[in-house]
Amino acid sequence: MDMYPLYNSIRIAFISTAVVLVLGVAAAYFVVRLPKYIKGIFDSLFTLPLVLPPTVVGYLLLLVLGPKRPVGAWFLNVFGIRFTMNWWSAVFATVIIIFPLMYRTSRGAFEAFDGTYEQVGQTLGLSAPYIFFRIVLPCCKRGIIAGVVLSFARALGEYGATMMISGYIPGRTATISTTVYQMWRTGNDVLALKWVLINIAISMVILMAINIVEGRQINVRIKGRA
Amino acid sequence: MRIEFDIKKRYKDFYLDASLKCDSKRIGILGASGCGKTQTLMSLAGLVRPDEGRIVTDGRVLFDKRSKTDISPGKRNIGYLFQNYALFPNMTVEENIKAAVRGAGRGTKDDAKNKTGQILETFELTGIRSHMPRELSGGQQQRTALARMLACDPQLLLLDEPFSALDTFMREALRLELIRILDRYDKTAILVSHDRDEIYQMCDYLLLLDRGRVIAHGPTDEVFSHPKTLSAARLTGCKNISRIERIDDHRFRALDWHSIELVTGQRIDSKIKYAGIRAHDFCPKANGINVIPTGHTRISRLPFEWYVITENGLWWKIPRTLNEEDICSYVPQYISIDPDKILLME
Repeated sequence: MDMYPLYNSIRIAFISTAVVLVLGVAAAYFVVRLPKYIKGIFDSLFTLPLVLPPTVVGYLLLLVLGPKRPVGAWFLNVFGIRFTMNWWSAVFATVIIIFPLMYRTSRGAFEAFDGTYEQVGQTLGLSAPYIFFRIVLPCCKRGIIAGVVLSFARALGEYGATMMISGYIPGRTATISTTVYQMWRTGNDVLALKWVLINIAISMVILMAINIVEGRQINVRIKGRA
Repeated sequence: MRIEFDIKKRYKDFYLDASLKCDSKRIGILGASGCGKTQTLMSLAGLVRPDEGRIVTDGRVLFDKRSKTDISPGKRNIGYLFQNYALFPNMTVEENIKAAVRGAGRGTKDDAKNKTGQILETFELTGIRSHMPRELSGGQQQRTALARMLACDPQLLLLDEPFSALDTFMREALRLELIRILDRYDKTAILVSHDRDEIYQMCDYLLLLDRGRVIAHGPTDEVFSHPKTLSAARLTGCKNISRIERIDDHRFRALDWHSIELVTGQRIDSKIKYAGIRAHDFCPKANGINVIPTGHTRISRLPFEWYVITENGLWWKIPRTLNEEDICSYVPQYISIDPDKILLME
């Protein structure tokens, strides 16, 4: 059995989660400090991919990055890089799909964070980067970790937008989810079932990881009270 | 240190307009919650930008709307002690102080380490240096927060309700400790509180704030003994206040105390609309001037004092030295008030 889809899925999920960790946390920190009305606009924009069908995201991506579209064509002519039908093309799709999960969980963490600590930092003459990286982030760590696990889980399951931008090329762009569909479509039930079981196993591990993260949170709370 | 400020800022529900010019070392700002005390401190520290005004400490302009000066909080040389102390929850006591030493930004890494050690020792925190803030008692938290604030060597200290997070029995002890520390460091401090005892005990200059406006200011004793307005009298804890009808220069009729007639030491000018009597200023006396019949009384029992409420609605406070059975028979039929002790307010 060719394990390439497993390797490819995990590789895409890792890269996408790493990208989204930076983008999502930055976006959340930015939105939390906006005035109320502008906040609403940015918040809706950043959450939009969560409610859009993945095929719509895929279509919009092709509209920009497709080899015959302006941006895609320019990169193809100037650098010889084609944005579609590569294994890494799926990263574009996955990043957009999982971005809202990371953004929303970290926004929740930042909102719950007591701004007094930042003010103390300011009166003590601490620099803005120090305040962010040494005080705000460590205090919001738990929410951000939860966001990372959730994003990673969703990244592994991405199908619709990935299929549109990366397609299914065995040994090149195949992921677990696209392989399951392809195996079922071609009547290869045994292989489809194997991939389904692998997928379920990975998901179970991730969900248990979430529980551990949250469980630790509960322990800390009880300890804090005593 | 000479402090001068004049701050104006519009908030959703009130307009802050506070100003002060004074050389005192212990300044108190007293007011009910939501009167703009904290906003004033925040403006001084540079955490909030006033719409208009000027802030000057010892001739150094920290903020001036007109010349567009606005020095950042870290460079104002001002320490801020927050209500809940706001120790960084992800850092130990030692790391909290090290962060402040770092913020002051002086010297090498070794210097910082030495300075941190020194501060831990001065504030008797060495034993708890590796504790997290959540593991500390209220008193230890306050001491750590003070140490952290003083690590930057600020010239002016802003203390925002420093005792409100503590149990009553700890407050007294910590007040004395704070006074000791402030005296040792010889810094100017502005203390904000809604507790008049606290302010009276710690401050020699007082600013009374009511809904964003300064209603009285001056040496603490003076503000307490001669509140000039109704709200100042209320804030300084005057229990008995009545609208008055002026009879002549030294006599009035108290409309809210069954229209009894009283004589005052102070002259009643036409601006005076209220009179006040502090609850502990009455004495039992059946003849002379300003004799008031107690009539049918009610008694409010507190742990260390009684309030006798006369038929006229006056509150008379007596220390609780008698046992409870005695109080009813002890209440005299007449009490009187010294004309000089009657407060007159606009």
